[in-house]
Amino acid sequence: MSLNTQRRSGGLATLAWLLPAALFAHTRGGEAAGLLAGLSHPVSGLDHVLAMVAVGLWGAQLGPPAVWLLPVAFPMVMALGGTLGLVGVHLPGVEIGIALSAIGLGAAVLFEAKPKLGVAAALVGFFAIFHGHAHGTELPPGANGLLYSIGFVVATGLLHLAGIGIGTIHRWPAGRTALRWTGALVALAGLAFLWKAVT
Amino acid sequence: MPVFLAHLMTTGLGPFYDGLAHLFVTPEDLLPVLALSLAAGLRGPAGGRAVLFVLPAAWFAGTMLGRLFAPHWIWPVVSAGLTVSLGALAAIDRRLPTAIVAVLAAMLGLWNGSWNGIELARSGAAALGTGLGIACAVFVVVALLGAVAAAVRALWARIAVRVAGSWIAAAGLFMLGWALR
Repeated sequence: MSLNTQRRSGGLATLAWLLPAALFAHTRGGEAAGLLAGLSHPVSGLDHVLAMVAVGLWGAQLGPPAVWLLPVAFPMVMALGGTLGLVGVHLPGVEIGIALSAIGLGAAVLFEAKPKLGVAAALVGFFAIFHGHAHGTELPPGANGLLYSIGFVVATGLLHLAGIGIGTIHRWPAGRTALRWTGALVALAGLAFLWKAVT
Repeated sequence: MPVFLAHLMTTGLGPFYDGLAHLFVTPEDLLPVLALSLAAGLRGPAGGRAVLFVLPAAWFAGTMLGRLFAPHWIWPVVSAGLTVSLGALAAIDRRLPTAIVAVLAAMLGLWNGSWNGIELARSGAAALGTGLGIACAVFVVVALLGAVAAAVRALWARIAVRVAGSWIAAAGLFMLGWALR
């Protein structure tokens, strides 16, 4: 063993002697796994991604205050749906509800629907319950439940922000048309999800 | 129903540092503190100042008192309820009197502090040092976050704070679900 190698080994041994108490004493398990699983879960399913982005797109079309009210309402009602799932409340037709959310939100973007703010928030909230119930409780084994939920909420919110960001093209005529086509694609994907859910 | 306990970590650096670190690795405690800091900061410097001193003091008092209580499922359930309420308070950005904000800070501090105290008694850890560490960590978080929220002037920044409040409320609802499961 060379002198340099010996020195490095000695240094590592000293570090290993100093660190264990600080690094390994915290015995809670699954924090990183839970947070990462929660962050990645919403972007792993196209149904959830399209509906979340569509909320942001629709908000951008509607303008203030809907542009921030809808993304505020969605995670809160989604969490309510997740809580219902966690306490064992059965919700029939969850997959159909998720498919209908993509159809409804895609159609709203396609037709640039401008309902009253309360109606828009209620519609978004209604769809959010299905997303929360279906996805909010899919905790991987060994992962920390609360951190999974936090990651899930943050990722969902970031998808809304992505939708709002894309929706800023609404200020240009070509962008408005592109946005409406995007809404049509979301609605078509929703029809495919619906077909899959009922067959 | 399971009894969730506010876990206490061991840094290897003594009870005070265990307490300091506890807040940052315990979302059940950190989330309501973040929510209250944001809600109080949105009320301006007066609201922020009220929480800055009331919350750490109440948390420390709660930690000391909590050693007398027994573990029960009600602790995480009420804590989750407080998280939802405080997150929603930041999200809706309603103007509340400073006295009400201070009462909310006292409620949160006493309740979650007591929950910490129960775990301290159960684990046999040094309550005084750990409790002081937790209270100091709470003070630092409220001072930093409350100041940021109080300094917010631009509309988009205020909306960002409210969105953060809604995310905390949503996480609190999930917390309630996990506690009731």
